[in-house]
Amino acid sequence: MTPSAADLIRVLPEIIWCGFGVLLMLLQPFLKNRQGLTLFAMVGAAAGTLATYFGQMGSGFFGLVQFDTYSLFFHWLVGLVAFLVILASDSYLERENLAPAEFYALILFATAGMGVLASAQELLTAFIGLEMSSISSYVLAGYRRDSVKSSESAVKYFLLGSFATAFFLYGIALVYGASGSTNLMQIASADPGSNLLRLGLALILVGLGFKVAAAPFQVWTPDVYEGAPTPVTALFAAGPKAATFALLLRIFTTIHAATDFWFWAFWILAVVTMFVGNLGALVQTNVKRMLAYSSIAHAGYTLVAFAAVTTMKLDPETGAAPAYAAVLFYLLGYSLVKVGAFTIVSEIGGQGERYLTLDDFAGLGTRQPLAAAAMTLFLLSLLGMPITAGFFGKFYVFKAAINSKLIWLVVLMTINTAIGAYYYLRVIVVMYMREHKGDVPADAATSLSPTAAMVVAVVALATLYLGLLPNHVLGIVLSQDLILSAR
Amino acid sequence: MELSGHLLSILIFFPAFGALALLFLRNDDDLWIRRLTFVVSVVEFLFSMILLRVVAIGVPGYALTEYKAWISSPPINYHLGVDGISMFLVILTTLLTPICVLASWKGVHHRIKEFHVMLLLLEVGIIGVFLALDLFVFFLFWEVMLIPMAFLIGIWGHDRRIYAAVKFFIYTMAGSAFMLVGILWLYNLTGTFDLPAIQLTLQSAAFHLAPRTEMLLFLSFFVAFAIKVPLFPLHTWLPDAHVEAPTAGSIILAGVLLKMGTYGMIRFCLPLFPEASHRAAPYVAVLAIIGIIYGALVALVQPNLKKLVAYSSVSHLGFVVLGIFTFHTISMQGAVYQMLAHGISTGALFFLTGVLYDRRHTYEISEYGGLATPMPKFAAFFLFVALSSMGLPMLNGFVGEYLILLGTYQMHWGWASWAATGVILSACYLLWAYQRVFFGEVTHDKNRNLPDIDAREQWGLVVFAVIALWMGMGSPYFTRRVATPVNAVIEQTKSRYAEEASRPAAMPQPAALSSETQQDSQRRTVSR
Repeated sequence: MTPSAADLIRVLPEIIWCGFGVLLMLLQPFLKNRQGLTLFAMVGAAAGTLATYFGQMGSGFFGLVQFDTYSLFFHWLVGLVAFLVILASDSYLERENLAPAEFYALILFATAGMGVLASAQELLTAFIGLEMSSISSYVLAGYRRDSVKSSESAVKYFLLGSFATAFFLYGIALVYGASGSTNLMQIASADPGSNLLRLGLALILVGLGFKVAAAPFQVWTPDVYEGAPTPVTALFAAGPKAATFALLLRIFTTIHAATDFWFWAFWILAVVTMFVGNLGALVQTNVKRMLAYSSIAHAGYTLVAFAAVTTMKLDPETGAAPAYAAVLFYLLGYSLVKVGAFTIVSEIGGQGERYLTLDDFAGLGTRQPLAAAAMTLFLLSLLGMPITAGFFGKFYVFKAAINSKLIWLVVLMTINTAIGAYYYLRVIVVMYMREHKGDVPADAATSLSPTAAMVVAVVALATLYLGLLPNHVLGIVLSQDLILSAR
Repeated sequence: MELSGHLLSILIFFPAFGALALLFLRNDDDLWIRRLTFVVSVVEFLFSMILLRVVAIGVPGYALTEYKAWISSPPINYHLGVDGISMFLVILTTLLTPICVLASWKGVHHRIKEFHVMLLLLEVGIIGVFLALDLFVFFLFWEVMLIPMAFLIGIWGHDRRIYAAVKFFIYTMAGSAFMLVGILWLYNLTGTFDLPAIQLTLQSAAFHLAPRTEMLLFLSFFVAFAIKVPLFPLHTWLPDAHVEAPTAGSIILAGVLLKMGTYGMIRFCLPLFPEASHRAAPYVAVLAIIGIIYGALVALVQPNLKKLVAYSSVSHLGFVVLGIFTFHTISMQGAVYQMLAHGISTGALFFLTGVLYDRRHTYEISEYGGLATPMPKFAAFFLFVALSSMGLPMLNGFVGEYLILLGTYQMHWGWASWAATGVILSACYLLWAYQRVFFGEVTHDKNRNLPDIDAREQWGLVVFAVIALWMGMGSPYFTRRVATPVNAVIEQTKSRYAEEASRPAAMPQPAALSSETQQDSQRRTVSR
C-alpha cells in the first residue's frame, strides 16, 4: 500500500508549507536580512496556495483526505490569510525586535495544519491537523517572551487547548467504539441510533467548539487574543477558526446519523455564543479585546448557518447547497476583514502594544485618515452594512436560516446585530468624533508601515469586491459537488 | 436619446462623482469646496427636473425603468424606476441639497471637505431609496444612507452630538435589520426580490398568504418605516437627532429622510400586504393621531426653538401616516402632497433656526425676544414660513392637511375630528413661539445689533417662500401627477381585501370617482 503520485499532489500544499517552514529555520543563520525572510515566507505561503491547482478531485491516501472544491476553497482561504499575516508581521517584528524566521516558520506550520483540517476525511488525520495548527499556535501566542501578557496568553491557550484536544480524542475513541472505524464515510454507515456514537460526536463537538470559540467553551478567547502578538491574533481569529469550522461542517454533513441531535446542539450553541460575544464586547474599552469578543459573536453567526444546514439535511426537499454557501462565504468575508482590522490595531498599538484602548483611537480620523477610513470599512463589514463582504455574509446566513424556517434563530440574530451596532459604532465614533485627550504621545504611529498598508489595501479592496460583485465567489461556493464526502 | 436610458442611474450616482471630485481639492480650499458642491448639487437638481417632462401624467406604472442583472444567486437585479410619487420626492431631495450647502456656508467651520462629501453621499443614498424597485437594492441604499447621516450629526453637530448620532443609528439599524428578515422571508415565498414581480405573485389567485404570516411580514416592514417617520411611540430619537444635528443635517433629516418612512409605507406596506394593512389600520391611525396631538402639545411647551420644530415634525408626519392608512384616494394624495409640503416648510424652519444659531449660538427661545426690530427681513420670512407650516390657506401646508382631513372624514369622521385639533395646536405653538421670539422689546442686549439676513440666506429663503406659495396656489400641478400612482396603490390594497371583508354600505366608494372628476373637484376645492 504505497500512496500514488496523485495522492502526494493532493497534499502538495501542506508539503510546500511545511517545507518552506523548515527551510526558513535552516536559512536563518545565513540570511540576516528580515525583509528577505519575509519575502521568502510569503513566497512559501503563496506557492502552497497555488499548488492546489495541480490537485485532482477525489479522495487520497485510501480515504484519509478528500480533495474537493470545499477543501480547495479553504486551502485558498488559509493560504491567503497566512500570506497577509506574514506581510503584516514584517513591521511588527521589527518594532518588537523579535526573531522573524521561527515566527514565519510557525505560521507556515500552522497553515499546513489548517490545510489538513480542511481536507481531512478521517478523524485521526483531522486530529493531526488540529495538533499541527494548535501547537504552532501555542508557541506563537507566547512569542513576545518578555511580555507577561503574552506568556499568560500562551499558557492559558496551551492548558485549555490540551484539555479540549483530550475531549476531541476521547470523542474519536467513542465513535470508533460505536462504528469500528475512524473514517467519516464508514462512520456514516454505522447505526444512527447508537448512544455511544452520539456521545462520541458530542465530545468531538466540544473539542472543536473550543477551537472555534463557541460559548460556553469561549472563556480562553479574550485573554489569549489580547495577550498574543497582534498579527498572531489576526491569524487566530481568521485561519484556525475557518479551518476548524471546515472540519466541523465536513464531519456532520458526512455523518447523517446524528443530524437531529446536531440541530439542537447548533441552535443552542449559536444563541449562547452570539449573546456571550456581543454582550461581552459591549463593555470593553480595549479595542483588541473588543475584537476578540466580536470573534466569538461571529462564531455564533456562523453556527446559525450550521443550524440551517442541519434542517436542510433533515428535509431533503430543499438542497443544502445555499446553506453551505452561507458558511463558506461568511467565513471568507469574516476572516479577511479580521486580518485587516487586527493589522490596523497592530500598527496603532505601537511598540509594546501600549496604545490599544479606545482613547488611543480618538482623533484617528484626522491623524491617519486612510487608516481610519479602512478601519471604518472593516468595522462596518463586521457589523454587516451593505456594499461590504460582511453584509453578503450576513445576508446569506439570514437567507439560509429563513429557508429552513428558523425564524426564532433569525430574530435572535437580528437582535444581536443591533447590539453589535453599538460597539462597532463606538470605535468609529471615537475615531472621528472625539479629539485625543491631551497630547498625542510622541511615539504613537503617524502612519501605517508600507507592508501593513499593503495588507489593509488588499483587504479593503477584497471587502468591497465581495460586497459589490460576489458573483464569482458565489459560483465557487454554490457548486453542486462542493463536498464530495457528503454524498 | 442614448443618455435618457440611464437617467436614473445618473441621478443616483452623479453626486458620488461630485464627492470623488471633491477629494481632489486641497483640504483648506474652503471656498472652492463649497462652490463645487453647490454646482454639483444644482446640476443634479437640473437633471432631476427632466423627470417632470418624462413622467407622463395619467399613465400608470413606472417610467424610465432600468434593469440590469447584478447577482446571480439569489437573483438580484439592479432595477430602478420612477413614478409620480417618487419623482417629487427625488426633486425635493435635489432641491434641498444645494440649499443645505448654502445653509452651512457659515455654520460649518471644520473638516469642510468631509462635510460636503458626506452631504453628497447622503444624497446618493436617499435618491437610491426613492428610485429602487428591487427590494434588495432598496435595502442597500436604505442602510448605506445611515452612515453619512450619522457622521453629519456626530461630527458637525452640537454638544450632545455623539449621543444623538449613535441613538439615530441604532434605532434605524434595529428597525431595518427586521426589514431585512422580512425581505428575505418574502423572497422565500415568492422567489424574487423584484417589487413588481412580487406584487404580481402576491395578487395571483393561486397564491395565498396565511393571515398570520402576512401580518408578521407587514410588521417587519412597517416597524422599520415607522421608526423612520417617526410614528409615536418610536419617535424618541428624532428630537435628539434634530437638536444636535447641524442645520444642513436637520434640513435633510426633516425634509427628506422622514419621508423615506412614509414613502416605504405607500410603496411597500400597502401594496404588498393589503389585508394586514387593513387590519392594522385602526391601530396605526390611533398611533398617528396620538402622534399628531402629542407632538403638538410637546412642541407647545418647548423652551428650545429647534426642538419645537422637531416635535412639530412628529405632529405633521402623523397627518401623513393617517392619510395613508385611511385608504382613501383623496387623503392619500393629501399625504403625498403633505410629504412635499412638510419638506419645504420644515426645511425652511430649520434653515431659519440655523440662521439664528449662526448669530447667537443658542436655540433657547428665552434668549431671544423683540428680534423684529433688528432683523425685520428675517422676521418677515419667519412669519411667512410659520404660516405655511401651520396651514394657512393659499400656502403649502393647508392643501395637504385639508386633503388628508377631507379624505379621512369620509371614511372615519372620528379620526378626522381628533386629527383636526392638531391643526389648531400647530397654530398655537408656532404663533406663540413667534410672538416670544420676535415681538415686544428687545430683551437681551446682545440681540440689539444682530445683523439681518445676508444675500446668501435671503436667496435660500426666497426659494422656500416661492415654492411654498406656488404649492399652495397651484396644487393641482402636484395632485394630477400623484393621482395615478396613488390610485394604483389604492386599487392594490382593495383588490383582495374587498373579496374578504365587506365594506359598510354607507361609506362612499372612492374608487368610483374617476381620476378626472376627482381632480376637478380638487381644483375647485383647493385652488379657488
